[in-house]
Amino acid sequence: MENNPKNSRREFIRKGSRISLLLTLGAVGGFAARNLTPEKYVWQIDPFKCTQCGRCATSCVMTPSAVKCLHAYDLCGYCDLCGGYLKPDPNKLSTAAENQLCPTSAIQRKYIEEPYFEYVINEDLCIGCAKCVKGCTSFGNGSLHLQIIHRICLNCNECSIARLCPSDAISRVKASKPYLVKGSFTKDAKG
Amino acid sequence: MKNWILLSLIFTLLFYSLAGVAQQQRFPKPEFGTGYHQPTPVTPEPRALVLEYSDVVILLIVLSLASWLALRKRSRKGMLWLSVFTLLYFGFYRNGCICAIGSVQNVALTIFDPGYAISITTLLFFLLPLVFTLYFGRTFCAGACPLGAIQDLLIIKPLSLPEWLRKTLGLLPYLYLSLAVLFAATGTDFIICRYDPFVGIFRMDAPFHMVILGIAFLLMGMFVARPYCRFLCPYGVLLNWMSGFSKWHLRITPAACIQCKLCSDSCPFDAIDYPTDEKQIKNRIWGVNRFLVYALLIPIWILVGGYTGSKAHTWISKANSKVYLAELLITKPEVRNDDKNLDVQAFLSSGKSMETLVNEASVIRHKFYIGCWIAGGFMGLVIGMTLLSQVIYRRKEDYQPDKGNCYSCVRCISYCPVKK
Repeated sequence: MENNPKNSRREFIRKGSRISLLLTLGAVGGFAARNLTPEKYVWQIDPFKCTQCGRCATSCVMTPSAVKCLHAYDLCGYCDLCGGYLKPDPNKLSTAAENQLCPTSAIQRKYIEEPYFEYVINEDLCIGCAKCVKGCTSFGNGSLHLQIIHRICLNCNECSIARLCPSDAISRVKASKPYLVKGSFTKDAKG
Repeated sequence: MKNWILLSLIFTLLFYSLAGVAQQQRFPKPEFGTGYHQPTPVTPEPRALVLEYSDVVILLIVLSLASWLALRKRSRKGMLWLSVFTLLYFGFYRNGCICAIGSVQNVALTIFDPGYAISITTLLFFLLPLVFTLYFGRTFCAGACPLGAIQDLLIIKPLSLPEWLRKTLGLLPYLYLSLAVLFAATGTDFIICRYDPFVGIFRMDAPFHMVILGIAFLLMGMFVARPYCRFLCPYGVLLNWMSGFSKWHLRITPAACIQCKLCSDSCPFDAIDYPTDEKQIKNRIWGVNRFLVYALLIPIWILVGGYTGSKAHTWISKANSKVYLAELLITKPEVRNDDKNLDVQAFLSSGKSMETLVNEASVIRHKFYIGCWIAGGFMGLVIGMTLLSQVIYRRKEDYQPDKGNCYSCVRCISYCPVKK
């Protein structure tokens, strides 16, 4: 085999091609490595860009969505007439289902002291439809806001909600700071 | 100097008090008289970085094992169990993400968009299988790819496809690869991930049409072995190139081939080359002439392909949301009044001017114009080369695996009656 000129020629060509392919791979890898990061990135919603369009509930690959409503208690006014909890023009300021804005009753209203109420999100019931967020942002302080919960998020290579988000509110953030919770994350101090 | 410090101090104070005013809420948080304890929002941490790196280590181990099983141990049973592990780990446990096939898009995007940071894990998932294939053949496909594993385990009665059909369908992966790179490089979409037929099965959750697609592929795969790998997989194109020049590749016989043809019946993928038929080579002059004609046609193919691509660029670029939105607003200005069109409403409320959007869209469209020329030219080259390969006869004396298309699944070895 070794002495056959045809075989050794073929072997030479193959070897040359292999080395050039290896060099090409190295070049592609090296070029891509300009933007290399040892960090992990995860998807997150910028609450200040979010327009509460409701696509988070339907576009996530998970059912129910990995997007949930998060309550920044620091910003909450603990109102009795809560724009996030109650439907516009409610019959009564009560917990009756017909008055609730949330389609799954995921918000629990708890009396604290006159005239203040605490609102807690039940994450297992929340579907990320942003109805409460819209209500809270329009009529209240905006303490209710959407966040991607990383316990549920599969961290897809391309987030299927990000692709459809009309306001480009979803982007990759460093996994060391995986949440953009209102209050600690402000509109001006982005990073 | 002292004045200056004082002045800056006053300004800082003023700034902070103003900022305080700006952050004032509509309904300030009450001071509770009772001992109310305020809960903190629960924010569970994402998967640890260490686990991401351990995925790379597991991939490396699985690749090494697969290569060892194919080349040294020559054990089909071992490979089978390895693919079961891959299916369970990379498939059902890791939910099929990240995978080497999809990483092509991340690499393409990071090359064309310096703002896109690529993680070490992703780059290694892209490079490691290719390097392994360059030395050991496509053992990645046999043992380390969850998409390959799920199809391989469901092969029941593989049919042999005629060569013309295989070659024609074999052009699809090239088209898929060019489109995937085009869409990724323009920052439009990751189509490989979006139309991955099996990822819904791994997640046990997917949109309805993707479930249908996944089940259809699995059902088809019972008779047409590994339909996705053979006729769609874009990463397979790269693996094919690497494997064609692999240093050590799986060999069917451990000693001299006795030309019993048993192995070629065992291969579900028609990836075993027959020994050259002497009759075919008789009219060699005719073959040489055809070779010359086909070789001269290649530049024409490239031009035709590129031209076709460039003609299609307006249409293809509509896949980009910005281009689509800009075009929609120009051609149908009445959508501005459509409250149900979320994209239009979000754009209008964002305060971005129409001019900015149109400028951005035209930059993207120009990228598509260039990209479509390249992708079309590449497709032309592929078609030209496929035709050319039809008239090249390389003399083969034995039954041997077609290096580019062989998945090193080790089925043929157990069928070979020759023992050492």
